[in-house]
Amino acid sequence: MAEEPEAVLQLPSSAAAASGETLSELSPETVTPEPPSSAAVSPGTEEPPGDTKKKIDILLKAVGDTPIMKTKKWAVERTRTIQGLIDFIKKFLKLVASEQLFIYVNQSFAPSPDQEVGTLYECFGSDGKLVLHYCKSQAWG
Amino acid sequence: MTDDKDVLRDVWFGRIPTCFTLYQDEITEREAEPYYLLLPRVSYLTLVTDKVKKHFQKALRQEDVSEIWFEYEGTPLKWHYPIGLLFDLLASSSALPWNITVHFKSFPEKDLLHCPSKDAVEAHFMSCMKEADALKHKSQVINEMQKKDHKQLWMGLQNDRFDQFWAINRKLMEYPPEENGFRYIPFRIYQKLGLSTLYYPGTMQTKVGLELRERDLPASERYLPAYASPVLGIKTTTERPFIQKLFRPVAADGQLHTLGDLLKEVCPSAITPEDGEKKNQVMIHGIEPMLETPLQWLSEHLSYPDNFLHISIVPQPTD
Repeated sequence: MAEEPEAVLQLPSSAAAASGETLSELSPETVTPEPPSSAAVSPGTEEPPGDTKKKIDILLKAVGDTPIMKTKKWAVERTRTIQGLIDFIKKFLKLVASEQLFIYVNQSFAPSPDQEVGTLYECFGSDGKLVLHYCKSQAWG
Repeated sequence: MTDDKDVLRDVWFGRIPTCFTLYQDEITEREAEPYYLLLPRVSYLTLVTDKVKKHFQKALRQEDVSEIWFEYEGTPLKWHYPIGLLFDLLASSSALPWNITVHFKSFPEKDLLHCPSKDAVEAHFMSCMKEADALKHKSQVINEMQKKDHKQLWMGLQNDRFDQFWAINRKLMEYPPEENGFRYIPFRIYQKLGLSTLYYPGTMQTKVGLELRERDLPASERYLPAYASPVLGIKTTTERPFIQKLFRPVAADGQLHTLGDLLKEVCPSAITPEDGEKKNQVMIHGIEPMLETPLQWLSEHLSYPDNFLHISIVPQPTD
C-alpha cells in the first residue's frame, strides 16, 4: 500500500519522561497531525526494532452517520489510551461531552478505555498502522 | 482435554475469602459492620458485590450514596480486571481474608472506569472475548456464534454456571487438527514492583514526587502511573500497563512454546537467572505454574472466562 512516513520524535525519551508530560492526563492537543517524513530517532539500544518509534500511525474511520474527520491519519504516542483518543475525537468533531463515542479494533471489539494504543498496534496493526473505527452508537456487539 | 477437565472446574470455582470494611471517612448514620464474602476468582467485583453495596448503603445517609468503589491498601481496584488477577497482583502475599475497603465518595476518576450497571461489565467482558478470539482464530469462532451463544457465555459467568458457560466456551478452545494450537495466545502480563525496585536515586521525577527507576525499564514500559499517597510520598506498590504482544503457541521448529519461553521473550526480568536468587513469582489463579508448561495447555485450561491468560509477576515474599 502507500508508503508510511516515519513520525518525528519531538523530544528525546529522557526529556519527555522528565517533563512529566507523558504521565499527565492525556491532552488531545498533543495529538499532532502527521508531520512530513523524517527519520525516527532511536531512544535507546535495548529495545527491539519495533519499539524504536515512539509514535505510531493510526487511521481513524467513521462508521454509520458519525461525522468523518478530514484528517484520517494521525501519529500518536504509544502510551496514549483509548479514552484519550475518544476525548480527542469528540473535541475534534465538536461533540458535546455527554455524547458517547465508541472505538473499535478490527471492526469487532471495543478495547477498554484504559488500554494503550501501542499495545493494540502491536497486536492488531497492519501495514505499519492501526485502523480504528469510531462510532456514536454501538456498531459491533 | 477430558483428563484435564477437573482443572477447568477448579479454576472456575476458585474463591477468595474477603472482608469488606467501610472507609473510615464515610459518614454513617449507624455503625457499619464489616461484611464477609467468598469472591469468585473468575468474576468481576461489580458483578458480585450487590450484597456488599446494600449492606453499607443501609448505614449511610441517602444523600451520601453514590457510585461504589473498592480499594486495597491505597490502590483503587479496577472492576474490569478479574477478581483473581487483582488478588494475585496486589494481595497474594498477605494473610486472608482479603481486606477490601469500600468507598462511596471521591471516585478516583483517573484510576477507575465507571461502572453504571451490569451492562458495562457485560460489554467489557464480551469485548475481551472478541479480542481473545481475534488472536486465537482471527475472530472466526466468535463471529460464527449466534447472539444467543454470546448471551449464554455471559449468563454463565453472571450466574456462576460452569456447565452453561463451558458448553459454548469449549468451541473457543478448539483449533484445526493440522495446527498444534491457536494462532496466537491471548495473554496479559501484569507486574507489581516492590519498593526496592521502585526507588532509585537520580532518575526521573514524576508528578507525585516518586522517583522511578526508569532507565532499567524497556522504553515501552517507562511511563508508570504511580499511585502515591500525597502525604507520605511513598507507596509500596505501583502499576504499569500490562504487556500484551503477539506470541505463537508453537515455535518455528514445531516445538511447543512454554510459559518460560513467553516470559523470556516479553518479560525477561521476571525470570530467575540460573545462578541467581528467585526474586519473582509468576502467578496464575493463585498458583505458580511450572515454567516448562506448554503455553497452549495453559491457554486452554488456565485462561479466565474472558479467554485471556492473566499472568501476575509479583515480588517473591521474603518471610
